Amino acid sequence: RQRDTPPRDPNPMLLSQSPAATHPQLPTSSSRRTRRSAQPCPRGAAAESLLPRGLRPESLPRHVAVVMDGNSRWARARGMPPAFGHEAGRRALVETVRLSRAWGIRALTAFAFSHENWSRPKAEVDFLMGLFERVIHDSVAEFLRDGIRLRVIGDCSRLPASLRRTARDAEEATRDNSQLDLTLAISYSGRRDIVQACRSLAQKVRGELLRPEDIDESLFAGELETSRGSELPCPDLLIRTSGELRLSNFLLWQSAYSELFFTDTLWPDFGEADYLEALCSFQSRDRRFGRRNS
Amino acid sequence: MPKHIAFIMDGNRRYAKSRSIKQGTGHSVGFAALMASLIYCYEMGVKYITVYAFSIDNFKRDPSEVKTLMELMEEKINELLENKNVINKVNCKINFWGILDMLPEPVRLAAQKLMASTAENTGLVFSVCMPYNSTSEIANAVTELCKERRDMMQGQQASGRNGRPANGGACSDISVSDLDRHMYTAGCPDPDIVIRTSGETRLSNFLLWQTTFSHLQNPDPLWPEFSWRHLVWAILQYQRAYPYIEQNKDLAKKQL
Repeated sequence: RQRDTPPRDPNPMLLSQSPAATHPQLPTSSSRRTRRSAQPCPRGAAAESLLPRGLRPESLPRHVAVVMDGNSRWARARGMPPAFGHEAGRRALVETVRLSRAWGIRALTAFAFSHENWSRPKAEVDFLMGLFERVIHDSVAEFLRDGIRLRVIGDCSRLPASLRRTARDAEEATRDNSQLDLTLAISYSGRRDIVQACRSLAQKVRGELLRPEDIDESLFAGELETSRGSELPCPDLLIRTSGELRLSNFLLWQSAYSELFFTDTLWPDFGEADYLEALCSFQSRDRRFGRRNS
Repeated sequence: MPKHIAFIMDGNRRYAKSRSIKQGTGHSVGFAALMASLIYCYEMGVKYITVYAFSIDNFKRDPSEVKTLMELMEEKINELLENKNVINKVNCKINFWGILDMLPEPVRLAAQKLMASTAENTGLVFSVCMPYNSTSEIANAVTELCKERRDMMQGQQASGRNGRPANGGACSDISVSDLDRHMYTAGCPDPDIVIRTSGETRLSNFLLWQTTFSHLQNPDPLWPEFSWRHLVWAILQYQRAYPYIEQNKDLAKKQL
């Protein structure tokens, strides 16, 4: 697997390279994590509905979230425009969806476009909006065949009307599917999700449907975008690619107890081997939720 | 230099086990490591330190361990009250963030006394989260904000129509900064770095709202082993990622 080390850009683009990913001497968290893995994970093609050796079905995460970072860097390393990277990123997502379904993961949430990404150059934003619309529209048949239920979360007020329509139609068409819940976060921000939930509750208080004293964690959690129509709003495992070590306003509330897995791999290169590594790492972790095991 | 570092002090019990000493002693050694880290941070110019001392989830642990921890906290808080060397050295203002009512009364009273006695200090700001959960902090902030809005609306209704538009009760203008105001961390900058020791890679319901752009680190040493050189290494890693972190923070602020 090739490790990309793009040359230093005097005018780094948004979401540009991280120094940690390119420094030759100092250990990165990803390489340390690989050394610490419980056992090496077997590589090899996964047959449909068969888990690779080494993965135990009972200790797989039920809900995986991915921050798909690194498309632009990947494209720049090849001397290509960002759109080339985003197309490659789309292929990586398709593969991740396929593998998730094959390995029995119940839910996958992908951070496709954050609220902060609106600051990107207009041409890139327009391309991405078009890409999302095209991908969603073209995938509906496949979703129906494979039993995938699609949901789109995020601030849809800024999305082009045609993308909003396409997303709603796809959600409606796949509503009864039950093999895999796929959530695409487009124009999403964890803080804004919390704010909209707060507004919604404040509105109910104003309408005297609720008293402030009645608000507790589970009532609040029910107002978050990720809770609507979902049995598994909280990811067990959150994967972030391209070496960035932060959550960047993704699922804030929902990732309170998520195991975090950071990898230097850029998103378009994220494939079966990387996914296996993340899942093996998850399996080897000791999830205590504040308690003790002994 | 980071202004604010947050620590999830994980590994006291494993440390005790590996050295065949009592659990309580592991926590005591952890406390010593904490005091040392405070001084190192202060000397390097870090102004805010926040630590995750006790999670609300930790109450589910074995009652004898919870009791040991509570007794240790009471002992250490009282030590700090009596012997103010460390506090005076860093001119420390101490906050306790969490649902203090859940603490046994002697611990709660000692904590409140320590907060009051350091309230006027202007040096290092040391915040201890106990017993704390970020989700309960957020839910609490939402409740407080809803109460505030309801009271504003009722106040306007009570004072009668006076020609001014009654938008104090409007909910659509509730913003990130409104919620910020009601968090325990109001007035404090967000952590630049979150360090969780002992190699675990999760936040465990710590400062979820405030750490969205923080640099997350999970060094292998157990908390009692965390020393000056680990701290320097943590800051160096942060500094290497700094230009990129700042760029993203600026972009995020524009979109809020």
